[in-house]
Amino acid sequence: MGPNLFTNYGEAVSAILFCIGFTNLLLQTNLIKKIIGLNIMDSAIYLFLAEKGYIAGRIAPIVVNGVTSTERYINPIPSGLVLTGIVVSVSVTALMLSLTIRLYTRYHTLDLDEISTQLKKEGK
Amino acid sequence: MNFICNFPFFSILLSLFSGTICSVLPAKAAKIVNRVVIIVIGLMSAVLLLYLLSTGESFIYWMGHFPAPWGNEIRAGVLEAGMALFFCIIMYLSMAGGAHKLPGEVVESKHNLYYILVNLLLSSLLALVYTNDMFTAYVFVEINTISACGLIMIRQVGRTIEAAVRYMIMSLLGSGLLLFGLCIMYDLTGHLLMSNIKESVGLIMANGEYQIPLIVSVALMCIGLCIKSALFPFHAWLPDAYGYSTVSSAAILSSLVSKGYIFLLIKIIYRVIGFDIFNSTRIIDVLFVFGLMGMIFGSLSAIKENDIRRMIAFSSVAQIGYIYMGFGMGTQAGMVASIFHILSHAATKSLLFIAAIGLTDVSGGSRKLNDLTGAAYRNKWAGAAFTVGSLSMVGIPLFSGFISKLLFAQAAVQVEGKMLASLIVLGISTVLNAVYFMKTVIRIYTSAADTPYMSITFRDRKPYTVTLVCFILLNIILGVSSQPVVDMIGQGLAMFA
Amino acid sequence: MSRKKTAEEYQKTFAFRFFRWLSGEKDPYSGEVEMQPQKEYQPDPEAALRREKEHDAIMDKVYDTEHNKWMHLFHRLYQATSILFCLFLIALLLVTVSYLPAIGTVTRPVNNEVSGRYIEKGLEETGAINIVAGMILDYRAFDTLGESHVLFVATITVLILLRLNKTEKDEAEVNDRRFEPKNDAILQLVATFLVPIIIIFGIYIILNGHLGPGGGFSGGAVIGAGLVLYLNAFGFKKTERFFTEKTYKWVCFFSLSFYCLAKSYSFYTGANQLHSVIPKGTPGAILSSGLILPLNIAVGLVVACTIYAFYAMFRKGGF
Repeated sequence: MGPNLFTNYGEAVSAILFCIGFTNLLLQTNLIKKIIGLNIMDSAIYLFLAEKGYIAGRIAPIVVNGVTSTERYINPIPSGLVLTGIVVSVSVTALMLSLTIRLYTRYHTLDLDEISTQLKKEGK
Repeated sequence: MNFICNFPFFSILLSLFSGTICSVLPAKAAKIVNRVVIIVIGLMSAVLLLYLLSTGESFIYWMGHFPAPWGNEIRAGVLEAGMALFFCIIMYLSMAGGAHKLPGEVVESKHNLYYILVNLLLSSLLALVYTNDMFTAYVFVEINTISACGLIMIRQVGRTIEAAVRYMIMSLLGSGLLLFGLCIMYDLTGHLLMSNIKESVGLIMANGEYQIPLIVSVALMCIGLCIKSALFPFHAWLPDAYGYSTVSSAAILSSLVSKGYIFLLIKIIYRVIGFDIFNSTRIIDVLFVFGLMGMIFGSLSAIKENDIRRMIAFSSVAQIGYIYMGFGMGTQAGMVASIFHILSHAATKSLLFIAAIGLTDVSGGSRKLNDLTGAAYRNKWAGAAFTVGSLSMVGIPLFSGFISKLLFAQAAVQVEGKMLASLIVLGISTVLNAVYFMKTVIRIYTSAADTPYMSITFRDRKPYTVTLVCFILLNIILGVSSQPVVDMIGQGLAMFA
Repeated sequence: MSRKKTAEEYQKTFAFRFFRWLSGEKDPYSGEVEMQPQKEYQPDPEAALRREKEHDAIMDKVYDTEHNKWMHLFHRLYQATSILFCLFLIALLLVTVSYLPAIGTVTRPVNNEVSGRYIEKGLEETGAINIVAGMILDYRAFDTLGESHVLFVATITVLILLRLNKTEKDEAEVNDRRFEPKNDAILQLVATFLVPIIIIFGIYIILNGHLGPGGGFSGGAVIGAGLVLYLNAFGFKKTERFFTEKTYKWVCFFSLSFYCLAKSYSFYTGANQLHSVIPKGTPGAILSSGLILPLNIAVGLVVACTIYAFYAMFRKGGF
């Protein structure tokens, strides 16, 4: 174990959340729960990124009174990356939800295994 | 700066922009725009390739007004330009070869959406090839994933939608791991541009501080990209996705989409981590083992399969195993062999998919091997093309597959410790390949006494047949005059460092 | 010159036989293998029925998930494995995190010359007071260009999946009208007050993207939410007057094309080190910071339309 586990408690929490989301996305059979897992996973990554920008005692990177000194503001890059990431996650969620709607109207179940079973029964 | 240096930027922006344009065009115009854009980008890449070969130096292109650590960059070398050219050729041929199936399998009102997806897919592939920035790579990986998912499920039958869901789930897991690894890497180095990260990584490895997180982040990124490119244990989505989507999509997905991710991995290995540092980690052993397993289990699944399209799809799993085995050897020769195999597999696999559709068309649309008896007589060109593809996959001289197997064997001999395993598995896999491909070839050349199905000749379907001939020529060119290509790959890799 | 061989001679040559075999006209074994005359196949309806029944029974047995003991065992094992897997992954990442540089300190590698330059020179070089906006729309604009195309390609895939054709659409319309809240007085009254405020707030966020917190994506999402509220209160009949699929198509097309072309110009001049004609303006004024304001507006339009399109697609498969 390294020295910084408890100093980096924010990152530790986001790592745990990431794993929970990852496992849900991988191993749940219900499609909606999978999508929830996906969102937990993505949010955990954004939390992880947001932690990286933080510097104790400094303010958000919006210039106040024309003061442009590095001593005053936090790191702006992670914030920008989070913005980009959020949009990607929104798009992917919308796509997954619409796939789920299509499968549900066709097979009347949200269980991915059951859908596979029905497909095999159809034998196509 | 020479005007030709703008070409990578032009090709990315042109394909992005043409995707937007196609959204307001009717289907016919969208098709023309799509074809023209692919040809123009192919020509630009060819000119760029010639220019780079003549100067012998790669160049960096600023995407904006700011230089290295601040702005965003793309980078072009021989390997990148060659890949872009090759991707354009394969994409054009795949689109042309599957065009006649599109009206029957996709609703008329959604045709222009199909061309949007293809254009955006091309742009994302080009961006993955040219980019010099990790976060840009992530964004375009997502475009690639979403548009590939669209290509799978645009033919709306139950199987494809289920396959699309499975594909999305696996891809999202991969993207999540890639992004997490990327964040850790950013935390350790403070940069997002590949060249700057590489400098910092060198310092970290020299210092000894932060080594563990660095290795973990590299491992996360590698596993993420392996999942996305359907390496052996992560291939569950692949057979349905390739087997039931419309044929152009299957050809594009198998030959280009997974190769885009693999090329990104090559870029990460060379331009982000550094070849020597990457080889000093245990990650290459994991890749090596997974590659070997993929080679055997992919072929075994293909032997069991009775559906020709799914059989070809399983064969893809085996071929991706070959590529990762080359990475796992950890030598320059293994890398060259892998990159050559990327080319030869892309040329052969799309040929096989396109030829298979010609064979099933003359067998009443059935893909069962039993129904394909004598199909090669009813559609001679497709039969010949399928035979060429099969011979190339098995590794018969004259065809491209032989050269890649030869390169793999040569690379394996130089590596101590991994030589025996890779040679044995290479042999087993070749035999297994021969079993299922030759079985199919013999089946389609067994004459059936009286069949109810119509034959198709050259005149009935000219564009399709011309495409097949182009594919066959491409295969033979790669197989006969492989030395210039191999030299070019070596030169490109030298430029990477 | 006539043929060297007569037709009869030619038929005996190897080439003739080979080409006949190649063209499938002749089976090399026909006539040489003894063939028994076969009985013609007679389908037996009873046997077929029986076979079908057996097949169904087997299928039921195989896929009977409720009474299958092995299936239950497998599910238990599956759950146990997933928990173990999750714990393993957590342990691995926690070890990694414990080695990462400490949070909140200035000495972390991320606080290097790159972020320093963005803060110190950002105002001067991009003209944006909001440094994050300057960073994503100027320094690293290529990412953001890709990102808006992610949104675009996602709507395209949603359209492919959920857009209905003409006949289905009429049916869906009838269904939708049935479930639609009809003249819900409370909702309509609240919406009358709230929708204009929400939309104006969204516009404010977009226009202030370079001056304060906000920007195209957040503002667009707010406007989209306002449109969705309006749709919920008054139904498709009202929204169709100003927002149809055509509107969506053209708004998206113009915004994305403007985005692409403007950024191409900026990239081109940047890379070739030409002088760009786009003025920076005085920092702090509403018309300042070069391309950032128009780009924010374009992105805002795309996002607002996309949010509304997602909702309409999910609800009834069309606008």
